[in-house]
Amino acid sequence: MSGHSNYVPKTGFERWLDTRLPIARLAYDSLVDFPTPKNLNYWYTFGGILALCLGIQLVSGIVLAMHYVPHVDHAFASVERIMRDVNYGWLVRYMHANGASMFFIAVYAHMFRGLYYGSYKAPRELLWILGCVIYLLMMATAFMGYVLPWGQMSFHGAVVITNLFGALPLVGQSITTWLWGGFAVDNSTLNRFFSLHYLMPFMIAGVVILHIWALHVTGNNNPTGVQVKSKADTVPFHPYYTVKDGFAISVFMLMFAAFVFFTPNALGHPDNYVPANPLVTPAHIVPEWYFLPFYAILRAVPDKLMGVLLMFGAIAVLFVLPWLDTSRVRSMRYRPTTRMYFFIFVVACLVLGFCGGRLPDEYVIPGLKTFQLLDADLNSMVWLSRFAAAYYFGYFLIILPVMGLTENPLSQPKSISEPVFSHSAALPVGAAASPEKRG
Amino acid sequence: MADSVTGANPEHGEDGDDPSRRDFIHIAAGVAALGAAATVAWPFVDQMNPAGDTLALASVEFDLTKVQLGQSVTIKWRGKPLFIRHRTGAEIASAIKDDKAALRDPSTDEARHKAGKAEWLVLIGTCTHLGCVPTFGGGDYGGWFCPCHGSHYDTSGRIRKGPAPTNLEVPDYAFLSDTVVKVG
Repeated sequence: MSGHSNYVPKTGFERWLDTRLPIARLAYDSLVDFPTPKNLNYWYTFGGILALCLGIQLVSGIVLAMHYVPHVDHAFASVERIMRDVNYGWLVRYMHANGASMFFIAVYAHMFRGLYYGSYKAPRELLWILGCVIYLLMMATAFMGYVLPWGQMSFHGAVVITNLFGALPLVGQSITTWLWGGFAVDNSTLNRFFSLHYLMPFMIAGVVILHIWALHVTGNNNPTGVQVKSKADTVPFHPYYTVKDGFAISVFMLMFAAFVFFTPNALGHPDNYVPANPLVTPAHIVPEWYFLPFYAILRAVPDKLMGVLLMFGAIAVLFVLPWLDTSRVRSMRYRPTTRMYFFIFVVACLVLGFCGGRLPDEYVIPGLKTFQLLDADLNSMVWLSRFAAAYYFGYFLIILPVMGLTENPLSQPKSISEPVFSHSAALPVGAAASPEKRG
Repeated sequence: MADSVTGANPEHGEDGDDPSRRDFIHIAAGVAALGAAATVAWPFVDQMNPAGDTLALASVEFDLTKVQLGQSVTIKWRGKPLFIRHRTGAEIASAIKDDKAALRDPSTDEARHKAGKAEWLVLIGTCTHLGCVPTFGGGDYGGWFCPCHGSHYDTSGRIRKGPAPTNLEVPDYAFLSDTVVKVG
């Protein structure tokens, strides 16, 4: 894919195959011989982890679909049957449910890494945008999957999210009715969500192929953000990164297994073990943890349509990020001021997630009543969400465009190899590689 | 037909600068293909709208004698909760008193019940914010309160505080007799 290929067919069969369908060549060029920057750190292992997450969700999901019944009268019972009666059904379901959370943990790590090292900048804009498309598809898939068990949270989550589209002027009501296939979330809604939940992972897989294709055209970014200059800057993907990714995957799987086997419901919500009742909404309705920051943005805005637009805007802004960040320096390593703003951005995202899980009127500092600012106490989750949401948008729309024009970045190394060879620690005492250059 | 499309400079048309007969065929074929694609796409879009049997189940009748004064009954109509509230004199008085208050979605109490039937309030029980089911007796205005995002409705089901944009919706309904209503 990177132009030339070093693949040499070894057997007669491989030669025969190579002139008809060069699939072994494709695999060799992309997974074995692919030149990869030699300085990738562990933040770069999440791509491989994500590929595995997708695989786990596909396999466990296909198995669950063999036992699940997408009907309002049977859905909840069929999930309980999977848990109690189907052989290893509990294991497969817990893998699938926790797998969704693991998938999001990995995708957030992957995205923050891209933000930190400037992996979205030219020439990787499309690579980044394809990643945003995958993220959007993941969110749609996860939301629809959460509806399928038809518990209280499933049902009322579906009601709230589909009603978001009702905020659109004029067409809103028709769109929600169209999404529901009725006048409320009901059997037709559950049925189509099941169908789409089965479809979307395959769409994700398709976009993942495009994502990897784009990656293999531009090559990996790396922690210095400096483009690969020569062969000396790279190592072959195999065995260097197959082993590194393999180790990271093993560690990640330990955490995954800890959730599946020891606290399988820690990331879920007990209300979802109550069968759906359209006539009673649970007192405290929250989405799954990975949606909480966006939920906090939605609730921070007192106007329904504006809240919905800002929530979708929080994702939309990611798509145009390559053109918002005006700096030509990719890696935050060489942008000390912007790096500080980046870390505040990470905190703002966490704060939004924290607020999304609490009631809007709750005090941030317990028991401290301050003063009423417009519609709520200043010391309330709603105001904390507003400050964090303002920073979230401010980071993309003000800080990144302005910093690129005003800051003085540190000097970047000339190549990936240079800081390694020029660093004093790289030179063994009294054994300089090139003594003629010694002062 | 060809003459009207060819125009004055048929020789230019060969370069694609001016409309020629060939361009016409390309455009006509493209439009026909688009039209055909849209025609085929529509059934696939429209199949997601409510089906015939869903539409057929669209009305219910309800016997009001089951609801005591000061009680509410929630029934299911079109898959949504429907509140049927037998209002007390105090609730009606408070609703009428607030007719002149600053309302987000102005409406008199009179307009929200059938003439002469002020004690019967029939509402669709989904919050106009994002569709949760409000509970009666909570909130600052003696009516309904939505637990999801904190919308307060008064005893006439009008929005008074919180993120919801409009009053609780009054469905189409009629009194078949003094004690039976038909909704939908």
